[in-house]
Amino acid sequence: MEISAAPVVTLRDAVVLLNDFPLLSGVTLDVPGASLTVVTGPNGAGKTSLLMLLGGLVRLSRGTGVVAGVDLASGDLRELRRRVGWLGHEGSFYDDLSARENLVFAARALERPVDLIGPALERVGLSRRANSPARRLSAGQRRRLGLAWLLVRRPALWLLDEPYASLDDEGREFFDDLIGDVVDAGATVLVSAHDPLRAEHLRPRAVSLVGGRVAEDPS
Amino acid sequence: MIRTALLVAGKDLRIEARSRVLLWQVVPFGVMALLLSGLALGPSHAGNSDAAPGLFYLVVVLVTLLMINRSVSIERRPGTWASVATLGLDPAGVFLGKALALAVELWLTAVVLLVGAVLFLHTTLHGTVVAIPSVVETLAALAAAGTLYGGLSAGGAASTLLPLVALPAFAPLLIAGERSFVAALHGGALWEWWVIVTVALAAYVAVGILLYGVLEES
Repeated sequence: MEISAAPVVTLRDAVVLLNDFPLLSGVTLDVPGASLTVVTGPNGAGKTSLLMLLGGLVRLSRGTGVVAGVDLASGDLRELRRRVGWLGHEGSFYDDLSARENLVFAARALERPVDLIGPALERVGLSRRANSPARRLSAGQRRRLGLAWLLVRRPALWLLDEPYASLDDEGREFFDDLIGDVVDAGATVLVSAHDPLRAEHLRPRAVSLVGGRVAEDPS
Repeated sequence: MIRTALLVAGKDLRIEARSRVLLWQVVPFGVMALLLSGLALGPSHAGNSDAAPGLFYLVVVLVTLLMINRSVSIERRPGTWASVATLGLDPAGVFLGKALALAVELWLTAVVLLVGAVLFLHTTLHGTVVAIPSVVETLAALAAAGTLYGGLSAGGAASTLLPLVALPAFAPLLIAGERSFVAALHGGALWEWWVIVTVALAAYVAVGILLYGVLEES
């Protein structure tokens, strides 16, 4: 993957409305490539909505934005979605399929080599649970399966929605290590979290959202 | 589009094979509904009644609605929806794949329900066998229409509207299917109704291929 610090995300006064209710009410944000950004804020601040906007999963109502080279207002959101990877806190796959079957589905959908699945499961420590249905995995293991899904996909932009929720210290450390590797390899990672990231060695940039607006941005 | 369709159909069928919802919930429900229909008709009327094909298709509709809701719900869990959306699958292929999987599930269910029709509604074995091709095609058309309307009513409270929005679309298929079954049992022009089902199947597939992406986005 080519490493570039050029902005992967550029938002200007971005507004997202849901039935006239503003989920985001004027977000201005630049995210450089090959970087880690942590979006913090209280419940209802708009963290998930921001990540969904960046993933092309909700439409921009007003303002402008370019994500991974796709214009949010006039571009092909389906193309944008193919360039991003999403990990939600609810679990990101089909519960009745095994861990491996979920990854095979994702790989085939994106025409990625199925050979990537074994190493991805190994990397997230799920090799021994590869044939277990996703529904039988613990919360932490489901999160790891979500990461394996992204490792198979290798998107340019990783959107991780509350990945630390219900993880123990070992799980958090594992996540931090993997995110560090991914950023070092040139990907751009946005993480939403209630609290600032513990892993200061990753030098994350912290953006604080309140009421659908950026309240604090160190840049 | 075909590659995506086969991928999605394979995934949906694998999920059904793993979860066994069809085997342990939907099929028994259909059999019970047929049994109750047979009891309602009474033993003296069931074998001679023109109502048997109609009752068969009434049960098919109930089963179809259950399976459409199931097909939609496995995609609509919030995390699953977002992750799969970021795969950027061709919506026409997704429509075809989900319709194909639903058709296969309906065909498998129909095998049991046709046996049930013979046992509980006392349709003749010969007439029931003659009706099989028209049943297969009617179920394929129901699968295409159901997948389209499932996409329309996906998510939140709208899913409970599925029967209301889908039944008008199902009506011509049900009438044609029922008339074909009657013709198979009692003799008559089978092919006229078959043509109607074929045209409806082609129309629903064409509309689904064209509009499923719009429904997904909305």
